[in-house]
Amino acid sequence: MIQTKKIKEQIAFSVFRLLGFMVLGVLLWILGFIIYNGIGVISWEFIFSAPTDGMTGGGIFPAIVGTFYLIIGSTLFAFPLGIMSAIYTVEYAKNNWLTKFIRIMTNNLASIPSIVFGLFGMTLFVNTLGFGDSILAGSLTLGLLILPVVIRTTEEALKAVPKTYRLGSTALGANKIQTIKRVVLPAAFPNIITGLILSIGRVSGETAPILFTVAAYFLPQLPHSIFDQAMALPYHLYVLATSGTDIEAARPMAYGTALVLIVIVLLMNTLAGIIKKRFEKNK
Amino acid sequence: MKKFIDKLIEGLLKLSGTVTGITVLLIIVFLFKEGSGLFQSSTVEKGYTLLVNSENPIDKLSPEELKHIFDGEIENWKQVGGRDEAIRIFRFDEIFSIYTDDELGEDYDLIPEKLGEVIHTNPGIIAYIPQKYAAKNSRGIKELIQEKIGLSDYFLGEEWLPTATPAPLFGILPLLFGTLLVSFIAILIAIPLGVGVAIYLAEIANERIRKLLKPAIELLAGIPSVVYGFFGLVVLVPIVQKTGGLDLGETAFTGSLILAIMALPTIISIAEDALRTTPKAMRDASLALGANKWQTIYKVVIPFASSGIAAAVVLGVGRAIGETMAVLMVTGNAAVIPHSMFESVRTIPATIAAELGEAPSGGTHYQALFLLGAVLFIITLTISIVAEIISSRKMIKE
Repeated sequence: MIQTKKIKEQIAFSVFRLLGFMVLGVLLWILGFIIYNGIGVISWEFIFSAPTDGMTGGGIFPAIVGTFYLIIGSTLFAFPLGIMSAIYTVEYAKNNWLTKFIRIMTNNLASIPSIVFGLFGMTLFVNTLGFGDSILAGSLTLGLLILPVVIRTTEEALKAVPKTYRLGSTALGANKIQTIKRVVLPAAFPNIITGLILSIGRVSGETAPILFTVAAYFLPQLPHSIFDQAMALPYHLYVLATSGTDIEAARPMAYGTALVLIVIVLLMNTLAGIIKKRFEKNK
Repeated sequence: MKKFIDKLIEGLLKLSGTVTGITVLLIIVFLFKEGSGLFQSSTVEKGYTLLVNSENPIDKLSPEELKHIFDGEIENWKQVGGRDEAIRIFRFDEIFSIYTDDELGEDYDLIPEKLGEVIHTNPGIIAYIPQKYAAKNSRGIKELIQEKIGLSDYFLGEEWLPTATPAPLFGILPLLFGTLLVSFIAILIAIPLGVGVAIYLAEIANERIRKLLKPAIELLAGIPSVVYGFFGLVVLVPIVQKTGGLDLGETAFTGSLILAIMALPTIISIAEDALRTTPKAMRDASLALGANKWQTIYKVVIPFASSGIAAAVVLGVGRAIGETMAVLMVTGNAAVIPHSMFESVRTIPATIAAELGEAPSGGTHYQALFLLGAVLFIITLTISIVAEIISSRKMIKE
């Protein structure tokens, strides 16, 4: 009896272990495949020159620049708004109807599919507000997409600041705003930065929201203002993989682009991990 | 002064919160505002009309009938309830091959008259022409009654042919079935894997393995969907095609495989959190009664966390249903009601992504796509509410 109990447990545990390593295997498979095929493509020229020969040669510089602009634009929009919303819900209105409303809506915002953000951005920013297909419209759309991420990480960061900090500051005669500015925000800062870094990873990979708000198939020159269209890495990969003039010849370019995207995500995740770890150690 | 600034800042913070809060409402309003015009539009393309001979007893035709007539599948008026008369399709361009430019007059102002002649002399004719050339009050011709696109045409229609002339078909059933099929199979694959890994991480794995697996799963969540799509396209599509012996590897099943991988991080992290909420006292009690670790897990921990695990699965479904790019790239995008999972399907998000760029702004196709967005929004919203209810029900039980 005890024997079968033990055997059952061991079978069950090895099945679970197997599942765990299967997931790890899937990740390594995807990463390995992209890295193996893409590493040979990466070169100085690939990173710093424009596509040539109908997307089968040259590089992806305009797409990198476009994605960079979108990262800057969307974080400039989402961060002040998201951090202020979070400060309001955590520090000011603990449990009134507005806080509840904001919390429910933030949760719902996070569950909205990215293509719906694309539709919304197209009607509001591109058409109604008349920004046209532009970096501005794309950044605002992507900004909305990362807003829930920003709010959540900021809320968590603020909540993690010990209450004694706030009491100590108040006891020294500081008012609420001073306490938030001088004590709470600096203490929560590393965790807020983690949210920033993770949303940069998200912005650089999203395709559906930029399809109809900013992304251009090919542009001969770099964008000059926020009202210009731009190329972007994820859309560029989509184009290379599915709709180029010569898909087979464009394959190496696609592998290279996918690798650059993966590297950005890897970098952002590692960076966020390091900052978080350092912060936890200091605590 | 200082008081004033404090108030100002507080007001500003409140405003940011409110702006965030109303974004979701704005999204709903805009989707419906853009989409609702569809049901005020007529079934025949805007600016065009259909004319028949006045002897013809038919007064109106449904969009499906029109499609079959113009495809040549219906060749006799008898088939749509008319007389036994062969259908003669007349497209506007033909007028230029029957008459010379001179006969059509200066600035083509004789076109309505000549069209009238053609229609009057052909009892079986159906002419599809721009509204402005339709002769008014002309003897011997009759304009078919134009109906508005109905709710049932949209929500119960079985064909999605948004660019068909003269009457586009906007039946969303194939897209809805496609979305549900792909997501359903994906979640069937993802549940055992996701819940299994969550159990492993929460209960069995030691610290070293956890430190290896957790970042891996976060990374899996961070990989952009277009990269998943690309991977699916170049790796999974050929594998599915070969092992299934199929003509094409772009099937619902391929999409499900990719979606399963993409839904895994959501399921794993939420289910793991749920498993961890099991109180230590309950585990200790079970162990004290002589149960071993595995018995404790499946008799105590899993039942306790079951609602959290269910919420995780539901949120995984939500993730799968809303996913756009990866599915767009690997499912082949045939807008037909699928009969098996090894057929090509087209999901709602993929349809929007693929077609919106080509749909003229403000036209019926454009409106139909925005309504699709609204449908998708409502589905995912319902799912997230259901997930919330499931996980809050557990709180009450406690």
